[in-house]
Amino acid sequence: MSAAPKAPLIGHQHLLSIRDLSPGDVTSLLDLADTYVDLNRQQDKKLSTLKGRTVINLFFEPSTRTQASFELAAKRLGADTVNMAVTTSSVTKGETLLDTVATLNAMNPDLLVVRHHASGAQRMLVSTANCSIINAGDGTNEHPTQALLDALTMRHKFGDLSGLTVAICGDILHGRVAKSNLYLLAMMGARVRLVAPPTLLPPDATRWGAEIFHDFEAGIKGADVVMMLRLQNERMEGTLLPSTREYFRYYGLTPERLALAKPGAVVMHPGPINRGVEIDSRVADDPKTSLILTQVEMGVAMRMAILDALSQHRRNDVGARA
Amino acid sequence: MSLTVFHNARLIDPASGLDELGRLIIDGDCIAAVEPAKGRDGIAEDAEIIDCGGHVLAPGLIDMRVFVGEPGDEHLEDLESVSAAALAGGVTSIVTMPNTAPAIDDPALVSYMGLRASVTAQVRVYPAAAVTLGLAGEKMTEIGLLSEAGAIMFTDGDKPIASSLLMRRALSYASSFGAVISNHAEDLELSRGGVMADGEHAMRLGLAGIPEEAESIMVERDLQLAALTGGRYHLGQISSQLALNAFARAKAAGTKATCAVSAHHLLLNDLDVGDYDTTKKLNPPLRAEQTRQALAEAAASGAIDAIVSSHRPRIAEDKAMPFADAAEGAVGLETLLPAALQLHHEGHADLVTVLRMLMSGPAAILGLAQGRLSAGAPADLVLIDVGYPLKVDSRTFKSKSRNTPLQGRTLQGRALRTIVGGVTHMIAEA
Repeated sequence: MSAAPKAPLIGHQHLLSIRDLSPGDVTSLLDLADTYVDLNRQQDKKLSTLKGRTVINLFFEPSTRTQASFELAAKRLGADTVNMAVTTSSVTKGETLLDTVATLNAMNPDLLVVRHHASGAQRMLVSTANCSIINAGDGTNEHPTQALLDALTMRHKFGDLSGLTVAICGDILHGRVAKSNLYLLAMMGARVRLVAPPTLLPPDATRWGAEIFHDFEAGIKGADVVMMLRLQNERMEGTLLPSTREYFRYYGLTPERLALAKPGAVVMHPGPINRGVEIDSRVADDPKTSLILTQVEMGVAMRMAILDALSQHRRNDVGARA
Repeated sequence: MSLTVFHNARLIDPASGLDELGRLIIDGDCIAAVEPAKGRDGIAEDAEIIDCGGHVLAPGLIDMRVFVGEPGDEHLEDLESVSAAALAGGVTSIVTMPNTAPAIDDPALVSYMGLRASVTAQVRVYPAAAVTLGLAGEKMTEIGLLSEAGAIMFTDGDKPIASSLLMRRALSYASSFGAVISNHAEDLELSRGGVMADGEHAMRLGLAGIPEEAESIMVERDLQLAALTGGRYHLGQISSQLALNAFARAKAAGTKATCAVSAHHLLLNDLDVGDYDTTKKLNPPLRAEQTRQALAEAAASGAIDAIVSSHRPRIAEDKAMPFADAAEGAVGLETLLPAALQLHHEGHADLVTVLRMLMSGPAAILGLAQGRLSAGAPADLVLIDVGYPLKVDSRTFKSKSRNTPLQGRTLQGRALRTIVGGVTHMIAEA
């Protein structure tokens, strides 16, 4: 046996849910991501940390920013990347999810980044694949890398997550971003408010440890962070909400409403934004308050940290078996 | 200062339970003072003085279920004629159903109703807006914006909200605006083809029957969804023993639910259909005598929150058809008061209890300031001759339509004078 393997940064082979992480795991990942933020702002962004490793992006739902973010993150760490989009894959020929993953697994990738429309899909793959699996969004369940990049963004702005009041506003019911953020922020000592019409909240939301608001203005009053969620067009078909004009009237973020938040409050949004539906352009485009583009920047650094940390684990795992 | 003093009045305020001789003073459009046991002494010299002759002075009636023909079917009833009919019946506030052409499903249409009413109606008109676009039962209307425009509640009128999912979401969504969702409970699968109440009389007439379960199954569903969502639910018309049972359970459990009964269902039963009398074709249908008695007892015991006319104007041609093909519904604004008073005259309920369901009961559901005799409340009043022998004659109706099921029937009681916002708009002929 050669040199003793270095202890991995976090004690997990996969990143499936924020709930699998400890506060120590989150802090370690954010600290590592900070170093990549600095790197990404330099002209030469290329490392060889993951040289020789293969990252497959397997997206069963269309994605622009998440997929690009993972691809850039992997490339900057020196890994080889392959993007598999569902419309061009064998899934459209009737292959099951497990068969697709078994096939890809036989090509010996090291990291598999998966987005799927069914909640819990990635957890099912863990026993089929022996690479690390990263959840890039599963149904209406979780989007853990988004919550981590949001945390990184907030920590950059405020220095600490503990004690922040974060109002998460919009479609909580179908919002995997909302759930992952709620878990992470609560774990790190932030106060979370969920602000939405009753039809976009789960009926037992009061048990989630967050304060519930149906009144938007009351919900964002005094908040440090106003986190707006995208309202998907299919929710607007008249059974959950009557119309976009009514939604914007009661739940749209305008400069007048933002003034109710704490002085110095910031606006976040996982994107893509719907101007005039959940957010007024004057808010979205105000560089003094909007962190929307900062979130995108932090996303690449955060995903570099995640790929790095999980492959450390795998490196040690393989080393121990050898 | 324009004071008017009504003295020698039997003051009945169902909101507080007051029932005493005395006087009531109005100042402009509001009630200034309610003074039991006082006579003419100490009245300002310039005040107008009206001797009520010992008759009942009570808040004006509030009718929560009125179908109008405006917009779209003004030949049946427009806001001017419905207002005149209401005044004749002692009704000072009406809630109009959205079943018009076009249906009241857009904030601009709610505003239109308000503007038209302000020009042509003398009673207070509160438009109810549709729960679903075009009353089609598929897409929710803009409950927030409609409320802001003046919609007082939300209902598809005489069309049931068939989809349980939509009902759940409407109750849930409306709850954040404090809005009331009112349903017409009818399982259209169960009632399909039916034209009168299921039972022996339907069989004898060879008419297809509608079981009470067509109502109660949907009421059970609605009450469970109201409990699930915390939304405010109102049943537009209750007409079955099983639905009464469901309401008793739900109210005991604290569900925010209210119900109304039509005066016709308190007074008539399926035997009144007689020999295919289409004026008795209603929706829900007139039920068996046993059910009618159960409804009357429920009303007397306080289990029912409001009595409505369910005023539904029809032209004569639509009623002059074979029973199965004839249009449903009856006009009722002008007979609401005497029809409801039969509960009292037949010994089911005391007068205050009956008037509560016509005045403060609906006011509480709708959140209205009227419906009570108290200083500061709007001066919407009715002077009632409780014992007046009234033979119903539709030729005297102010309504444009004549389809009453009570034609020729002798009832007791009528409105002598109707006052809206301090102004007397109707004085009955001697």
